[in-house]
Amino acid sequence: MSEAASAKQVLFEPIFKNNPIALQILGICSALAVTTSMSVTLVMCLSVIAVTACSNLAVSLVRAQIPNSIRIIVQMTIIASLVIVVDQLLKAFAYEISKQLSVFVGLIITNCIVMGRAEGFAMQNGPWLSFLDGIGNGLGYSVMLILVAFFRELLGAGSLFGYALMPVVNEGGWYVPNGLLLLPPSAFFIIGLAIWALRAWKPEQVEAPEYKMSRHTTKEAF
Amino acid sequence: MGIRQFLDGIEHHFEKGGKYERWYALYEAADTMFFTPPYVTSTTSHVRDGIDLKRIMITVWLCAFPAMFFGMWNIGYHANSFLAANPDALVADGGLRTAFIQALAVTGAGAGVWDNFVYGLAYFVPIYFVTFAVGGFWEVLFATVRRHEVNEGFFVTSILFALICPPSIPLWQVALGISFGVVIGKEVFGGTGKNFLNPALTGRAFLYFAYPAQISGDAVWTAVDGFSGATALSWAASGGVEALEQHIGWMSAFLGTIQGSVGETSTLAVLIGGLVLLVMKIASYRIVGGVMIGMIAMTLLLNVIGSDTNPMFAVPAHWHLVMGGFAFGMMFMATDPVSASMTNTGRWCFGILVGVMTVLIRVINPAFPEGIMLAILFANLFAPLIDHYVVQANIKRRLARV
Repeated sequence: MSEAASAKQVLFEPIFKNNPIALQILGICSALAVTTSMSVTLVMCLSVIAVTACSNLAVSLVRAQIPNSIRIIVQMTIIASLVIVVDQLLKAFAYEISKQLSVFVGLIITNCIVMGRAEGFAMQNGPWLSFLDGIGNGLGYSVMLILVAFFRELLGAGSLFGYALMPVVNEGGWYVPNGLLLLPPSAFFIIGLAIWALRAWKPEQVEAPEYKMSRHTTKEAF
Repeated sequence: MGIRQFLDGIEHHFEKGGKYERWYALYEAADTMFFTPPYVTSTTSHVRDGIDLKRIMITVWLCAFPAMFFGMWNIGYHANSFLAANPDALVADGGLRTAFIQALAVTGAGAGVWDNFVYGLAYFVPIYFVTFAVGGFWEVLFATVRRHEVNEGFFVTSILFALICPPSIPLWQVALGISFGVVIGKEVFGGTGKNFLNPALTGRAFLYFAYPAQISGDAVWTAVDGFSGATALSWAASGGVEALEQHIGWMSAFLGTIQGSVGETSTLAVLIGGLVLLVMKIASYRIVGGVMIGMIAMTLLLNVIGSDTNPMFAVPAHWHLVMGGFAFGMMFMATDPVSASMTNTGRWCFGILVGVMTVLIRVINPAFPEGIMLAILFANLFAPLIDHYVVQANIKRRLARV
């Protein structure tokens, strides 16, 4: 990261320009697992934003004291403590949703985005910027997750936030729910299509082709 | 030479800078439909004979016709048999389809070959038309935007997809399935020749997982309202060989007068088309042989192991051949030259993998009654890996001689 990174850049770039899921392809596992309904997804997103921001802040505060050889362990300890706090808070105040999230709150510890930002940004930057970077990346993650959850809940169950928008056939409505979207692999398709749309909008994110096939025909006059 | 002159006359409109430049793909498609393309290979080439992709695809398309015509007759046969036994049942789903059937054919008792055929026609033609229109739309859209050719590959995809749909499938599901197959199965990877999965099967698998209630089970195979007919596979799952012999009989399963998707029921009709493909060397006999070997070997193994609770274990190989979509998948789907293995040894391995997986899924997995679709998609994923090891083994063998 350059020294000149402004607060605004740090906060907003991860949302579309450098999205952790769409461009860096990190944190895919939880994007598959917790996106069947909007309310659960929102809680997950808030948890990740909180953990990323606080862990970035904490790591950045002690970055000068951490011995280089054990820095990963120190980061892990900080992240794990924060995740436990979040998990306990959810259990205390949003028990139903925490049951639906089950292990995936605990698995925020292994979310590559949290580790990646602590190691890649917070170790080199000041606390305020690191805090903003954590929020920004959390938001970038949330944008993709909410997009996935929106389509999965709407097309898979005909509802949003549990409120039935398209009445399904089983309950006398007209919408035949698409069962594939309730299965985790469907998130792959939606993330893939979202990446496609994003790169059509911002062509600079397209990777250079690994090789190019030469044309093997020439037009011959009759 | 009227057509040639006409095409040459309008060609400049479609070339770079012409007013219809965007539609070049359509012009090119029409041109090469009538005439041999003017392009010649300029790099090192390996010519076996003069056939090109368009002719290959059209041949496969024609070879699917026996199964298609038989399938149409079979739809009517089952519907009319049911109507003959239950005169009060409603023909079809009312509306246009019923009007068409009743205008041209007799239903219920006394229905002959023609009447059965018309009944099937009223069901298959809408399915095929929707497949062709929707899939064709995506194909042309991508060809126009990405500037590749409109390819006859889609003829094959469309007919194969239509033939593996159940007769009573709602048409919007057909549209959704073929869209998924063409766009996600093929075009996002760059179009014909770059897809690693069979597009028709990708679309069918999408429907299978998205709408399991409408696309599988026993309720969907007969084109009459409110009647369910059990497929050979569900007889086998519930009662094993005894139930099969008692309710169906091997010969009628081989000829195809059983419940199932439109084109898959008649093993005989599929084998006729498949034989033409094998003789013309369009379908690889190695893949077909591999599938047969894999299927027979796995069946024998399971027969020996046996099971007290699962009657599918005891079903012999000649029954696996005629049940469900095995023959159709083996001849038309597994032999897809793009998504199968490319090396000769690899083709044997690929085929065997398909055969083994088919029987394994059919027998062991209670969630999936039919296995050939998932087995072929599974093997498609492994095809590049198989090829890689075949090539590496070849390099190693030849290096040893240096």
